[in-house]
Amino acid sequence: MAVVEVRLSLPQKGMEPAQIAERIKEKFPSEVVDVKDFAGQVSVILKRNRIVEICRYLHDEEDLLFHHLKDLCGVDYKGKKEVRFEVVYNLYSIKHRHMIRLRAEVPEEDPKINSVTSIWSGADWHERECFDMFGIIFNGHYDLRRILMPEDWEGYPLRKDYPLKGPEPENEWPGLVEVIERSKALREFEWEG
Amino acid sequence: MEDVSKILETRELNVSMGPQHPATHGVLRLLLDIDGERIVKVTPYVGYLHRGVEKLGESLSYFQALPLTDRLDYVSAMSNNIGYVVAIEKLCGIEAPERAKFIRTIVGEMSRISNHLLWLATHALDIGAMTVFLYCFREREWILELFEKICGARLTVTYPRIGGVRNDITQEFLDSLYKFTEEFPSRILEYETLIDQNRIWLKRTVGIGVISAEEAISWGMTGPTLRGSGVPYDIRKHAPYDAYDKVDFDVPIGTEGDTYDRYRCRMLEFRQSNNIIRQCIEKLPPGPIMADAPKFTLQPKDKMMPITHPQKQHAYFIDEKACKGCGMCLRACPAKAIFGEKKKPHKIKQELCLSCANCFVTCKFKAMKIVPGAKGESDEKLADLAKAQVPDDIKEAQALLVEHFNFVKKGPRVPEGELYVATEVPKGELGFYFVSDGTGKPYRMRLRSPSFIHASALPRLCIGHMVADVIANIGTIDIVLGECDR
Repeated sequence: MAVVEVRLSLPQKGMEPAQIAERIKEKFPSEVVDVKDFAGQVSVILKRNRIVEICRYLHDEEDLLFHHLKDLCGVDYKGKKEVRFEVVYNLYSIKHRHMIRLRAEVPEEDPKINSVTSIWSGADWHERECFDMFGIIFNGHYDLRRILMPEDWEGYPLRKDYPLKGPEPENEWPGLVEVIERSKALREFEWEG
Repeated sequence: MEDVSKILETRELNVSMGPQHPATHGVLRLLLDIDGERIVKVTPYVGYLHRGVEKLGESLSYFQALPLTDRLDYVSAMSNNIGYVVAIEKLCGIEAPERAKFIRTIVGEMSRISNHLLWLATHALDIGAMTVFLYCFREREWILELFEKICGARLTVTYPRIGGVRNDITQEFLDSLYKFTEEFPSRILEYETLIDQNRIWLKRTVGIGVISAEEAISWGMTGPTLRGSGVPYDIRKHAPYDAYDKVDFDVPIGTEGDTYDRYRCRMLEFRQSNNIIRQCIEKLPPGPIMADAPKFTLQPKDKMMPITHPQKQHAYFIDEKACKGCGMCLRACPAKAIFGEKKKPHKIKQELCLSCANCFVTCKFKAMKIVPGAKGESDEKLADLAKAQVPDDIKEAQALLVEHFNFVKKGPRVPEGELYVATEVPKGELGFYFVSDGTGKPYRMRLRSPSFIHASALPRLCIGHMVADVIANIGTIDIVLGECDR
């Protein structure tokens, strides 16, 4: 039978985030656009084309070992930056206790980026949510459907040009009318007595 | 023989489980493809509880978005609040005073205990142990009553504030809590006698939903669900926040990574949380409970008391000459005591008025007048009384009240930048990713909720098991759909 023990083992603090950013710059000099530092957290802004390669490198390299994908999300910088969208990867190494943030730029005209589900299985639903909310298409994702919104929803809610408040849902979403009609049609099967 | 095989022809069956199913812990829908009793394929459908918290957060100031976080994981609302305020404190570059940090650690661990109690109760109920459910709710009630004692609410508490906590805790509360920590270990033993060595419990949990350490990390699991697989990853240790670096505690981890190990992990976490609360009460330092940073925090409201005190009987009166009929006060009134048409002076129904001063702060044209201590008077008399000079203390309070209102509405001017801050909530890692553009509202508020990630791993846990084990697997990953769908 399984035993659970109480243990306390904390690994040594690994590399400084700035060092990791340097490593990425050395390995992929043509890919790095910019490095930004805020409150001790470093984000590396990247071009989107070789993102899977970069993630694979960060995941596998012996002294980096970014096994834990903390978070993957999209950000819409409409009117603030030249490239409208960014996909943000927050990575953490449980073994070395260091973290880094990658920000891959995705232009509005061609909102596509390669999927990282082959590296982290957990990226699956994150990418589906990002597609659902921003309309960014992840090439190579095996099941890219809407996840939080209904499947026939139009528009991408977290984009900045999407209104916060819409008209009444009955007038807007055709699916709801269909649901109501179907419930009326199914009423003949209701139990009696 | 051909005829027999034709008669006994089998095919896979498609079963839809949920969204209205008591064992799915909310509105989770699973589409199960089953071959006899065995699961071949699982497709989870979420989003039934999607309220767009991320989009709402972008339209509200940092102060106003705090109550939204209660509604994420309504089972442990306190931990969610703490996660939010810790993230914003880091973003603003302020630090809560020592006493506030200890109080937040205490209430955070209390919410961990109450969350795990609810988890144990429902998980055991799903598998078939009814008695545990009632035992657990006995202790949970005690904790909820303690929550009520400090902030007046039991579930959606909104007790922590940016830069500290809302109010100080009392000695009465500490005494009751200390008594709880003395009694609680014996109660944990009671639960364990019921199920720990129970043969049915063991059959239903040992070897069910096994996941290896590497796979669990790859799926992004956190919290006790990950630690059951033997990964010592706890944010309270890895990146301590609040007072977790000043207390002594261990992190229980499992070995096999099955449902039973995750259950044991949470049972041992009960004891650790209990220990942390005891240490915090013993070490609780005196001092302020709010950071001294008026640019980013809400300051005490003592000076507004001449107006806002519940026992003060002030009447409110609308000056017909100044009122433009914009309707702002009409919408702000919680009692619907103000009526009137657009672009015409409004009136207040005095018998409905609660004296809350909401209309006073929203009025842009200074048409609203406070008449001290004149509640219950007729309109004609109020018109007379409103002409008189207002006392100095009320005048001062008026100015502060309007200032406070505008501050909450506009929000603190946080520096421009971006930050990802994670805290250990009972279910795992709750991460907040803020992109700030230097205004009082976040440019992007992203929530990384543990339930969402855990629900995505359900197919991995269920495939190959029996239909009944789906229930055990939903229970063991400890999901709440409010947090999953946001």
